[in-house]
Amino acid sequence: MQTAILAVTLAVLTIIGFYMGRSRSVSVAAGNLRRLHSLPGYYGYYVALWCGIPAFAVLATWLSLETTIVETLVIASLPETTQALPESRLNLLINDIRNLASGNIVSREVDPELQAAAERYQSLRQTGFLAAAAVTLSLAIAGLAWGRRLIGPGLKARNQVETVVRVFLIVSSTIAILTTIGIVLSLLFEAIRFFALVSPLEFLFGLKWSPQTALRADQVGSSGLFGAIPLFSGTLLISFIAMCVAGPAGLLSAVYMSEYAHPRMRAVAKPILEILAGIPTVVYGFFAALTVAPFFRNTGAGVGLEISSESALAAGVVMGIMIIPFVSSISDDVITAVPQAMREGSYGLGATRSETIRQVIIPAALPGIVGGFLLAMSRAIGETMIVVMAAGLAANLTVNPFEAVTTVTVQIVTLLIGDQEFDSAKTLAAFALGLMLFCVTLCLNVIALHVVNKYREQYE
Amino acid sequence: MADSTPQAMPQEAAPISEPPPAAEPLKTSTDSGNGAVKFASRKVCVYYGEKQALFDVDLDVLKNKVTALIGPSGCGKSTYLRCLNRMNDTIPICRVTGEISLDGVDIHSKAVDVVHLRARVGMVFQKPNPFPKSIYDNIAYGPRIHGIASSKGELDDIVQSSLEKAGLLKEVHDRLQEPGTGLSGGQQQRLCIARAVAVEPEVILMDEPCSALDPIATARIEELIDELRENYTIVIVTHSMQQAARVSQRTGFFHLGELVEFGETEQIFTNPQDERTQGYITGRFG
Repeated sequence: MQTAILAVTLAVLTIIGFYMGRSRSVSVAAGNLRRLHSLPGYYGYYVALWCGIPAFAVLATWLSLETTIVETLVIASLPETTQALPESRLNLLINDIRNLASGNIVSREVDPELQAAAERYQSLRQTGFLAAAAVTLSLAIAGLAWGRRLIGPGLKARNQVETVVRVFLIVSSTIAILTTIGIVLSLLFEAIRFFALVSPLEFLFGLKWSPQTALRADQVGSSGLFGAIPLFSGTLLISFIAMCVAGPAGLLSAVYMSEYAHPRMRAVAKPILEILAGIPTVVYGFFAALTVAPFFRNTGAGVGLEISSESALAAGVVMGIMIIPFVSSISDDVITAVPQAMREGSYGLGATRSETIRQVIIPAALPGIVGGFLLAMSRAIGETMIVVMAAGLAANLTVNPFEAVTTVTVQIVTLLIGDQEFDSAKTLAAFALGLMLFCVTLCLNVIALHVVNKYREQYE
Repeated sequence: MADSTPQAMPQEAAPISEPPPAAEPLKTSTDSGNGAVKFASRKVCVYYGEKQALFDVDLDVLKNKVTALIGPSGCGKSTYLRCLNRMNDTIPICRVTGEISLDGVDIHSKAVDVVHLRARVGMVFQKPNPFPKSIYDNIAYGPRIHGIASSKGELDDIVQSSLEKAGLLKEVHDRLQEPGTGLSGGQQQRLCIARAVAVEPEVILMDEPCSALDPIATARIEELIDELRENYTIVIVTHSMQQAARVSQRTGFFHLGELVEFGETEQIFTNPQDERTQGYITGRFG
């Protein structure tokens, strides 16, 4: 709360800085704005930046370091015997002190020592905050005065403001990149821990997946088998079925939408098709589990086929329906992007519409269509919810679509649901699977982007 | 006009109203008196939605002659050209009325299949538009879809002779499998002419075929048009009056959707009957 008030005060000071800078520049110009190097607004931003950046930087630094500093000081004030406690016990104690200070429930008897520590914690935080507030506010005011003093007709305010803006833009774009790197690293480190327990060869080429391990030495339980092949074969089987549904349906609907449909029909049908992409996958999941899977099982029973109620077929078909919009809207875009001159050239030679589509338009759009297929494929591989609900958990190594299979994503979910101990191979296996999956979809995306880019060059 | 062409093609041909009963009967020969009439059009009107783009155009295209259509931008000359192979059918909002006949047969009658019509009446467009295929496949495209060649050898011959006719064979004979889009602009346009010729049409329509080309490539195409005249009837739309004067035997001047004047090229350029024609060819407007 205090921090929020401080931040608002700083923001207000910054805004005041903007107006002060602007009016200062106008008065410096003495009525002739042409004398200024930049427009008055830039002088406003200039002062505002001087006022805001140092102050907010100090505030942010303080907020990120506050806990560590205060806790170190509190621990230092505790008796030596307490300080000698193992780290985990010490953490518990610190937690209690913090809870006591903020008036929450405490897990132990409140003795005078704890009480004193809590008071000390509270007062340290208060002092720290006051110090931070004093420093930031004086920095803001000093920056304001300094920036205002610098204003003169010769000050290149626009250039300097634009430099700062560019730095902000660079920082923003770096955030996305750093996050990606962070995700990869977190996967990588846990995966390395996993591979210390299970050999990579066993993981990559093992044919059995059974991640349950005994928790205690005397427990009767399986030893845990971590062969990822059944998972990847399951993933590929379901993705393959999905692409068998989405590929033809998506491509043909794109051809219809872009070449045959009346504009009015297209205006109605295309958004409806794209609604498919907006349905949450959970909804597809119970559609698959409650409607499609029983339908397949009953139909199968009718013609003498044994289809289990959790089958790769049901999950694959529903997933295929889900990714139709990916295939169709990208294909539609690339087909529409084929120049009209190609169509006229073909019609002008006496080709029919279907000949034109098959022999001129599809070949011209093919790289883009392939790119769309690959993007849809990587979407299918990463899909989880439908498979959790409709395909089951049994890690069967099979290519029979009527049996239950499981996928990489489903296993990651089941491995990480609930409270998990992070020193067992069972939990860590999830990270190894995640890393593998990341590599596969990354490769697919890279190929897809490459193909799509190559297509772009063709008509320019 | 053509630039705003939407993607879709209407399921049926643009509706054609009955020609007015008072219309002149179609003649096989007109005032010029020499040569047979290939295309005869009577009272051709074209509408884009509500807007009328052509007004009662009567024009005869003579066999084995080059007919040039000139006029300022937006005067309807390309629109008229696109009526001749019913290319306007590909524009949903476009409607054509009046009568156009090819060798005495109405091209809008039920007996005429638009696909056959376009095989008989080839077209070369303003911008070279080779398909993103090899040079060979570009030319073989038409013969393949019409089943003209019965064997691979025959198809090879058609490709060779079409390239020869378009004056391109010497430049590309050793790289027939390379993409047609890799050629220069002038070569691409000659490739498109070769592609049209390969279907063995009777008429070739050219919509400003040289507007995207440099003077040297233009000169080659003009030479080519003169050679092609022996075997084909050619209708060419052009912005360049010099080009019309050089390549054509007959010239029509369009202005604001009307055919203002039509006659022997020499007469149009030396002794125009209409004031507007005179104004245009002397550069006073347009």
